[in-house]
Amino acid sequence: MAEIIRVGMADLKVCKSPDGLTTLGLGSCVGVAIRDPKTKIGGLVHVMLPDSTAIKNNSCLAKFADTGIEELVRQMVAMGASRTRLEAKIAGGAQMFAFQNNTSLVAVGDRNAEAARAKLKELKIRLLADDTGKNYGRTVIFYPETGDYEIRAVGKAPIII
Amino acid sequence: MASYDLDNITSMELDVLREIGNIGAGNATTALAQMLQRKIDMSVPIAELLEFKNLGETIGGEETVMAGVYMTVNGDITGSMMFLLKKESARRLVNQLLFRSNEDIDPDADFDEMEMSAMKEIGNIMTGSYLNSMSDLTRLKIYPSVPDITIDMAGAILSVPAIEFGVLGDRILMIQTRFFDEIEIDGYFILVPDIDSYHKILEALGMA
Repeated sequence: MAEIIRVGMADLKVCKSPDGLTTLGLGSCVGVAIRDPKTKIGGLVHVMLPDSTAIKNNSCLAKFADTGIEELVRQMVAMGASRTRLEAKIAGGAQMFAFQNNTSLVAVGDRNAEAARAKLKELKIRLLADDTGKNYGRTVIFYPETGDYEIRAVGKAPIII
Repeated sequence: MASYDLDNITSMELDVLREIGNIGAGNATTALAQMLQRKIDMSVPIAELLEFKNLGETIGGEETVMAGVYMTVNGDITGSMMFLLKKESARRLVNQLLFRSNEDIDPDADFDEMEMSAMKEIGNIMTGSYLNSMSDLTRLKIYPSVPDITIDMAGAILSVPAIEFGVLGDRILMIQTRFFDEIEIDGYFILVPDIDSYHKILEALGMA
């Protein structure tokens, strides 16, 4: 029986087809989905902040785009995925409130998405598709079987990237 | 100022924070009840340290669609304050305020500009009342920012204060109070002071 595994905020999970992964209500956070199309091993990390090196208290790997993606790849490889075959899709990074950018966290959603892209590039993981930015929350479901990344938002038709 | 260690917070201190939620939300709920001419109940406030991954479940699931009014708090203490209402509740509230009939409501329709503005004002009054009573109690200066509103999934709305807290630690301490009536209203006040502000609040109340 295929199962859809829940990934919480600042959390990451890996799975193998036919199972899938989901994270609910992404706001400024970014959901990075990675899969190996051959072994159909997939992983999803829900990152909250762009950069672990900017912060002292950084023991939670999945919280940051840089350490989160690294740890996700490590766990996928440990499960049997090939590092060179990995491909990624990302979603989220919205700006939920208009005045958020008045604070020190300058559009943290955009910075999260940028940091995720940079890390994927550094690890030479191809970014196949993305749906980031704007001002609404997203629920995402990732199917390692097909690589489909389904994105749902309030008052909008679901899309698959 | 020495940063306050959340891991060592005592149950007595949590009780004090809960009491702040009680007084703040009590006043705000009274304001709401007067505005609506209706009885509104309030739950016992919850003050707890939450792991981020459990955050969405606390207010009835990450995907519950809610109207969220958000403002930052400045002055002697800093942090953020939120007023959240289930979308249907928000629409009923707004319609009552605008003297519109509840029968004309299409539950799935988006809020128009007037409704958004009215909802923002309700949030402003509620949170103002909450913070005022808190300020009276602690004698701390508390200035809320201009509010902003969004209607979206609870998880996405709560990610905003969570991210601000995420800079400091892996858990979030929030003071949460639910208010409701028998049929129509269901919502929450959530106060998330920054870590250093907890110390100031407890100190102002003679706890530290």
